[in-house]
Amino acid sequence: MEDFLFAFLNWDIVTQAWPILWRGFLYTLALSAMTVPLGLAGGVVLALLSTSGPRLVRLLAAGWTDVFRAIPPLVLLVFLYAGLPFAGIDVGAWGAVALGFLLNTGSYYGEVFRAGIESVPRGQMEAARSTGLSRGQTLRHVVLPQAVRNVLPDLVSNTLEVVKLTSIASVVALPELLFQARQAQNATYNATPIVAAALAYFLLLWPVVRLVSRLENRALAGR
Amino acid sequence: MTHSPPIIDARGLWKKFGGLAVLKGVDLSVAERELVFIIGPSGSGKSTLLRCLNRLEEPDDGSIQVDGIELLSPKTDLNAARRRIGMVFQSFNLYPHMTARANVMLALRKVLGQDKDQAAQLAARALDRVGLAERMDHYPAQLSGGQQQRVAIARAIALEPRVMLFDEPTSALDPELVGGVLNVMRELRQDGMTMVVVSHEMAFAKAAADRVVFMADGQKLEEGPPAQIFDAPRHERTRAFIRQIDRH
Ligand SMILES: Nc1ncnc2c1ncn2[C@@H]1O[C@H](COP(=O)(O)OP(=O)(O)OP(=O)(O)O)[C@@H](O)[C@H]1O
Ligand SMILES: [Mg+2]
Repeated sequence: MEDFLFAFLNWDIVTQAWPILWRGFLYTLALSAMTVPLGLAGGVVLALLSTSGPRLVRLLAAGWTDVFRAIPPLVLLVFLYAGLPFAGIDVGAWGAVALGFLLNTGSYYGEVFRAGIESVPRGQMEAARSTGLSRGQTLRHVVLPQAVRNVLPDLVSNTLEVVKLTSIASVVALPELLFQARQAQNATYNATPIVAAALAYFLLLWPVVRLVSRLENRALAGR
Repeated sequence: MTHSPPIIDARGLWKKFGGLAVLKGVDLSVAERELVFIIGPSGSGKSTLLRCLNRLEEPDDGSIQVDGIELLSPKTDLNAARRRIGMVFQSFNLYPHMTARANVMLALRKVLGQDKDQAAQLAARALDRVGLAERMDHYPAQLSGGQQQRVAIARAIALEPRVMLFDEPTSALDPELVGGVLNVMRELRQDGMTMVVVSHEMAFAKAAADRVVFMADGQKLEEGPPAQIFDAPRHERTRAFIRQIDRH
């Protein structure tokens, strides 16, 4: 028991590692603040292309989505960071993360938005168009708001995954929470920093988890 | 009938879905202030015809003039043309995420470019016309079917269209709610609105329609004043159809 506490819940280590863990936490927040909007934007664009574009565009968007959902995000990130430079393209660590998340999580968000758009009855589009609204105005004011509302639990739940996935940025040496925890672990020969990182993730994401289940319950009740 | 040019002049409309011809060269001309009723068996192409008149459905052949605009010409600004053609659907199709008033305001703002106050005022007036001034801030889910359909009518008439198309506006309603919607339509007619109505409300047709069109198999089989179509139809198919719906 003593050993366990010493290895995993060591208060001295926490106070020691605190500053660099905090820095890592801020990086994780910054990465999330970058990747979530990128993924959302990419997702909306993909969903619009795959539901409302010309046939060829729809096929391309669907293929694109498949490809980037099948490639493991870690592989994609390493390729963008360490592979592209062989072609003379160096996007840097932040660039690789931005691009990787745009491609990967954009595809997941895209599928969520697409399901949302398809859940809006065709009569909505027809009613709006019959009053003279353009296709774009109809999407923006009539279809998308309903689509988002219909898939809100999935959107939030996907966002949860995206935030957790930012920990893969540690492989391109961005000093986010996991990266810093590993550093601290190596420096102190103690696993407590990892436990602290897990706790930090939990405190950050637990409210979101609660939100998801509340939204899901409400969606069930509304049925 | 009047001698002013027709508001709707559709000629030789053809429409196929896959291999199935749903409209086979239909002509339809509607004069100003006229109320034309379209009846016919299920699948005869009534909705398709109506939906061609604002190009929700793209005819394969034929021509459509609405208020002097060549609707099928590639040069026509379709969105501008559509605001002169109001449409009311069987399933209301109100925007569920907006209040009754916001439903009416959307096109006023985005299509006519009105500012918020002006659109709010006109929306209130349109809702008052359909007897829903008190329900303006309700969401569709908080309204009965009949009230929802009246909001849908307000949404269309707020744009001051030249003609209104109704596709079975009362078919989805409980019987006790039909009257309210028909009353609104009757008042519209009295105010001089030109209307094309697909419906099986025979009593309303007899009382209000100028002309009844009977469609079967994608063709106009017979048309004439309600008295003629209902009491002395020429075609056996019309007769059979009238007999059948009279029983309901
Ligand atoms: N989008 C579509 N795709 C394929 N077939 C269609 C489509 N819309 C209509 N049809 C077919 O066209 C035919 C005519 O349909 P339409 O809706 O115009 O008939 P209707 O006279 O309005 O019938 P109802 O009284 O049942 O409303 C039907 O056989 C229908 O199945
Ligand atoms: Mg129909």
